[in-house]
Amino acid sequence: MENVILRFEDISKSFSGNKVLHDVSFDLHEGEVHTLMGENGSGKSTLMKILMGIYRRDGGVIRLYDKDVVFSNPAQALANGIAMIHQELSPVMDMEIAENIFVGREIKKRGFLADIREMRKKAKLLLAQFSLDLAPETLMRDLSVGQCQLVEIIKAVSCNAKIIIMDEPTSAITENEVEVLFSQIRRLRSQGVSMIYISHKMEEIFKISDRITVLRDGHYIGTESASALAPGTLIKMMVGRELSEAFPKKNVPLGETILRVKNLSYGNKVRDVSFELRRGEILGIAGLIGAGRSELAETIFGLRKKTGGTVELNGKAVSIKRPADSIRQGLALITEDRKYTGLNLAGTVGGNITVVSIRLLTKFGLLNRGNENRCARNYVQKLSIKTPNIETPVLSLSGGNQQKVVISKWLVGNPDLIIMDEPTRGIDVGAKRDIYLLMGELAEAGKAVIMISSEMPELIGMCDRIIVLAEGKITGEFLGPGYSQEKIMWCASGMSAAAQG
Amino acid sequence: MEINLNRLKAFREFIMLIILVLIAGILCILSPAFADFKNFINIFKQASINGILATGMMCVILTGGFDLSVGSIVGFTGVIAALFAQGNQPIAAPVTLAVMSGLAIGLVNGACIAYLSIPAFVVTLGTQSIVRGLAYLASGGIPIFGVSKAYEKIAGGLMFNFVPFLVIYYLLIVAVFGFILSKTVYGRRIYVVGGNETAAEVSGINVKLIKTSVYGICGLLAGVAGCLLTSRTISGTPVTGQGYELDAIAAVVIGGISLEGGAGKWYGSMIGALMLAVISNGLDIMRVPSYYQLLLKGIIIIGAVFLDVQSKKKQA
Repeated sequence: MENVILRFEDISKSFSGNKVLHDVSFDLHEGEVHTLMGENGSGKSTLMKILMGIYRRDGGVIRLYDKDVVFSNPAQALANGIAMIHQELSPVMDMEIAENIFVGREIKKRGFLADIREMRKKAKLLLAQFSLDLAPETLMRDLSVGQCQLVEIIKAVSCNAKIIIMDEPTSAITENEVEVLFSQIRRLRSQGVSMIYISHKMEEIFKISDRITVLRDGHYIGTESASALAPGTLIKMMVGRELSEAFPKKNVPLGETILRVKNLSYGNKVRDVSFELRRGEILGIAGLIGAGRSELAETIFGLRKKTGGTVELNGKAVSIKRPADSIRQGLALITEDRKYTGLNLAGTVGGNITVVSIRLLTKFGLLNRGNENRCARNYVQKLSIKTPNIETPVLSLSGGNQQKVVISKWLVGNPDLIIMDEPTRGIDVGAKRDIYLLMGELAEAGKAVIMISSEMPELIGMCDRIIVLAEGKITGEFLGPGYSQEKIMWCASGMSAAAQG
Repeated sequence: MEINLNRLKAFREFIMLIILVLIAGILCILSPAFADFKNFINIFKQASINGILATGMMCVILTGGFDLSVGSIVGFTGVIAALFAQGNQPIAAPVTLAVMSGLAIGLVNGACIAYLSIPAFVVTLGTQSIVRGLAYLASGGIPIFGVSKAYEKIAGGLMFNFVPFLVIYYLLIVAVFGFILSKTVYGRRIYVVGGNETAAEVSGINVKLIKTSVYGICGLLAGVAGCLLTSRTISGTPVTGQGYELDAIAAVVIGGISLEGGAGKWYGSMIGALMLAVISNGLDIMRVPSYYQLLLKGIIIIGAVFLDVQSKKKQA
């Protein structure tokens, strides 16, 4: 039998009377990558926070090497060899890599002076171990997100962590960086380090995990070996029902051209981009992170000032200087980062839903509660947003439901062209499917949809056509169905479709 | 403890009102002089100047900013009003000039913050000094007397022989801005800008314009306060208003307006201003040395923000 290093036994936890973990038990073997899966709100993060001593559990036992442990803060957990790498990293941006690795346990000389030279020396060794070609003096500010993550992992390893928890480590890094990360994970595994890996990305889970444990609504559902588990079975375990098809794409006859973009440029981020879009069409925009996809969307929408080219809507050239102009023209932009650009986090569910089209809901120019509430309730129902009521602070909703609020606020004004930038990032399978269904409905209603995504399967599954961007330029255009994922990847890496022959 | 805090959250909007009533109740029991109806009107009168400033400050704080220059604007506009209210001149000129110069200074503040992206702290600290300097220059460094009788009546008069005009103005201003904040699209947008500036921008809201405008409002109301103070004291003094900005911020914070912006009720600043006035009035009547008032004021400010922070923790 494998060596059990950590065991959860009957862990339970409630928040103000609401039970979020019901007697969850599972174990972690030495030197394995153990993926924890479940929809948003299934209790994964809560369980991990209990392990790290951020939350106190109501019941149950955690055994580390057969010893009961209770940590009252993350520092204690770390002292016992457990480190957690959070989804949102918070490095000290203006400090060097070396200082970041040793933050909180600085190497000292004469008892109180920080010995930066020694720290740099040690950091250099560690960086080399991870084959990271970076000087230890480099500021964190100058690193990519993926590199920051590796520095975090180095920090954990240098603390002698035997168990490393990674919460969605690949949500914001490029495909190449994912490969680097995975090779490091495999290397650590071979050295006997155990990892608890939290992610929503199917493909990558099967690539990296040894075993997979599924939680649903705070209940333990099961643990399976990754090699013996079919993706369909896994989804069924997570949602408790079988999803008929992952991508409910409808076939909609295409209407007239709604958008014509000609030679659009934004500095060197968007270069000379031209494409057309017809009513009823779902157009995918593929590309690596930094390829200029979001910048293209934001330039069309007027969030960025174009440096060249024209945009035509319904056959007429339009001048869009700011978002208010494009909203008036029937455009909507569902932005990538709902916390940063999507939601008023101080506001309620209802307040967020009505914010874009508030003028449509006024009476005699004044705010009208009745109209607003009706509108908000309507969308809560239409998009099945799970919320106690519309006065609930939007902050207390799960990620998928927050995303639905963001989508709602754009649909209230009944736009003709909806640009969705990573509409399914970090949300659970059920909510994803709801959003796919909605995209289909919008297309069916004669609207046009642009979907920007880093997840190839959903682009291939949902789009009538895909254009690929690399370094701000269109490097390929593909007509569905029957896409070649390989060819799209080629284009995304900067090779034009023609060059592939 | 957990349950208590949850309840606190539910009552948060009213909790300061409840505390205000409690304090007033206790003072009524302790001192019959406090319980007098005339004294209540007096309290409103004492609260009104700070209350007017706090109303403007509230608009700014709701967008996530703050304004340190209001005290200086009070001083400057007070001097301007006194200069133009000499002898038998009509009151329209001094009032318009004082209020408009307040508005202009506020708009400059706002434009520097919104369009030039200079932090509010720096901009308003700068204008605090500049405008105070202007007040000294305009007055020659000495108080300006000789304000006309008509001008004196603006704040000095009584309605129905017992309600000071000052109180009427204050209540009118509260009503107008309460209406703007709770009933108009513009008011809603003030909250959205404070809640998430970037999301507001993406949602088609002209964030820069809204930010500029709230500083304009704050300056304008400081001008109104300057005008009224000159009428009440029958003089314009360049040192007037020093430290008023902090009292205004205190009133807003006590009233449950979040310093991060985006959250708080329209009547919050009034509750805060009344709270400060009740405490100072009550303790004066009971002959408690004013030093203790300072202690109590500080404790209340910190306590109010503590409640705010607690309620946020529970939400997250």
